[in-house]
Amino acid sequence: MDQSAPFPDQPGSVRTVGILGAGRVGTAVARQALPGGYAVALGTAKPPEDIELIVSFTAPGAVAKTAEDVIAGADLVILAIPLSHYRDLARHDFGGRIVIDAMNYWPPVDGTMAEFEGEESSSEVVQRLLPDARIVRALNHIGYHELEENALPPGAAGRQALALAGDDPAARAAVAEFLDRLGYDPVDAGPLRAARFFGAGFPLFGTRLDRAEMTAALHALRPAVAAGA
Amino acid sequence: MEIGIDSFAVIMPGPDGRMQTPQERMDALLQEIELADRVGLDAFGVGEHHRAEFVDSAPTIIMAAGAARTKTIRLNSAVSVLSAVDPVRLFQQFATLDLISKGRVEIVAGRGSFVDAYPLFGLDLHDYDALFAENLDLLLKLREESHPHWQGKFRPALTGQGVFPRPVQKELPIWIGVGGTPQSFLRAGLLGLPLMVAIIGGTFRRFRPLVDLYRRAGAEAGHAPEKLKVALHAFGYVAETSQGARDEAYPPWSYMMSNLAKERGYIDASRRQFDAMAAPGGAFMVGSPEEVAAKMLGASDDLGGLSRITFQMSGAAGNPVAMRRSIELLGTKVAPIVRAAATPRVAAPVA
Repeated sequence: MDQSAPFPDQPGSVRTVGILGAGRVGTAVARQALPGGYAVALGTAKPPEDIELIVSFTAPGAVAKTAEDVIAGADLVILAIPLSHYRDLARHDFGGRIVIDAMNYWPPVDGTMAEFEGEESSSEVVQRLLPDARIVRALNHIGYHELEENALPPGAAGRQALALAGDDPAARAAVAEFLDRLGYDPVDAGPLRAARFFGAGFPLFGTRLDRAEMTAALHALRPAVAAGA
Repeated sequence: MEIGIDSFAVIMPGPDGRMQTPQERMDALLQEIELADRVGLDAFGVGEHHRAEFVDSAPTIIMAAGAARTKTIRLNSAVSVLSAVDPVRLFQQFATLDLISKGRVEIVAGRGSFVDAYPLFGLDLHDYDALFAENLDLLLKLREESHPHWQGKFRPALTGQGVFPRPVQKELPIWIGVGGTPQSFLRAGLLGLPLMVAIIGGTFRRFRPLVDLYRRAGAEAGHAPEKLKVALHAFGYVAETSQGARDEAYPPWSYMMSNLAKERGYIDASRRQFDAMAAPGGAFMVGSPEEVAAKMLGASDDLGGLSRITFQMSGAAGNPVAMRRSIELLGTKVAPIVRAAATPRVAAPVA
C-alpha cells in the first residue's frame, strides 16, 4: 500500500473494531480508533452493563457488548486483556478474523508464566492457542498514553512508527492501514516470529522511532525481518 | 487543599556518589517526618516495598516512630499492598497506630508498583485483583464491626472473633490508591471510598475522564459528594529557583528510572522527557515555590477539584540536606500560596 497517501474518506477493509479488554490499553485504543472513523465496541468477561460506565467516560462513542458480540461484529479484533488471562480467549470463535495481539509478557509487572519464558514471542503462543484467528502483533511496544499523545497525521515530520508482525499477509496489510489511521507509520516486520524483536527487553520497546529508524533497528536485530518477507 | 509528602524510603547514592546505609536512610526519613510536621504540612505517607533498595517493608513500624515524634501531621501508608496482607493484621496495626498518634493515621490501599510481595508471601499474582477485592471487603467490615462474621475465598472465615484494639477515629480513613486502571476508579466510586490517584508522568488532564468516572459511579451508588474525595500523588521537588529544582531533581530521578528501565526492559528516560514533564502542563511538580504552587492549583482544576496533593519526593532521598530544604520550602513558601488560593472545590460529575 502507498503509506504516504492521506487518509481515504472511508476506512478500507476494516470498519468495525472490537476490543477485548476495557482497561488502560483497551480504552486508549478505543479513544484513538473512534476519530479514525471506526465503529468501536468493547467487551470483557463481565456483563456489558458492568463496563458501560467505564466505556461511556473513557471512550465516549464506543459501545459495551459481550465478548462474543464484540468478536462477531468486528472486522478487526484487538486483544487488550492481561496476558495472564490469555487462556480464557480459547473459548471464543474468532472465525478467521484479523486479530491484533496487543498483550505483553512482562514478568516484573505481571509475574512469570512458563510458556512465555522461551525465545519466541508471546504472540506465537497466542496464535497456537487461537488457530482460527489471524494474529498480528502490534500496539505492544508503545505506552497506552503515548498512543494518544504521539499520534500525527500521515506525512507529518517525525511521525512515530509502529511495528507489526503476523503470518497472514492480508491481515498485516489491514493492520498496517489501521495503524496509519490511528496516527502512526506502520512498519511491516514480516512473519509472526519477527514479533519477538519488538517485545519487552528489546531496544524498540517503549522507544519513539520514525519509520526509517524503526526499519533500520529491525534490520540490525535481524536482517531478514525488516524486509517484510 | 491539603499538602503532603509520600516517601518510598529508597536508598540511593548521594551527591558524592556514596550509597547511603539503611540506617542513614531511616534516620533521615524520621527527621523528614518530624520536619514536615513542624512546617505545617498536612500528611506524610510511607511506602511499602519488599526489595533491596528500599527500607520500608514494614511501613507501620516507621509510621509508629513518626507518630511518636509528631503532633498534628496525618500519617498514611503509600500504599499498603492490600492484596498481599491479612486484612485483620493490617487493621490491628493501623488501629494501634491510631492510638499512638491520637487519631492521625490513614490507610491507602493499593497494589503497589512492584510485585515482590506476592512470591514472598506465597500468593499467586494472577489472583491479584480477586485478592484485592476480597481483602478490601474484609477491611471495610473490620472498620465497621469489632466482632465480624465474614467469609471469603482466600482466608479462613471470621465467626464473631473480636478484632482489637478499636481505633480512635470513628471511621479510620481508607483510601483506594489507583494508577490508570479504569476498573479501579469504578470500584472506589461504587464503594464511596476516597481516591488517591498516582500520576507519575504525562499530564494530569489525561486522568480527568477517569476521575469523572469515579465521581459518577459514586453518585450513582448514592454516596454523598463530600465522601468522594480525590487526592493526587505526583513526583515533586521544590528549590529556590526553577532551574535549581530541575538540576537537583533530575539526577536521582534518572537513577531510579534507569534501574527500573533495566529491570522492565524499556529504554532509559532522558533529561528532555524530564524537562517536558517539569514544564507547565506536565505531571512533575518540580520548580520554584511559585511555580509549584501554580502547578498544584492547575492540577486541581484539571482534575475537577482535589482535596489533597502529595509529593512523591523520593527523588531527593540521596541528599538529605536538599530533601529537608525542599520540605521546608513546601511548608513555608508553597503551602501559604496554595491555601490562600484554594477553597476546596468539588466538581459535579460530568454527564
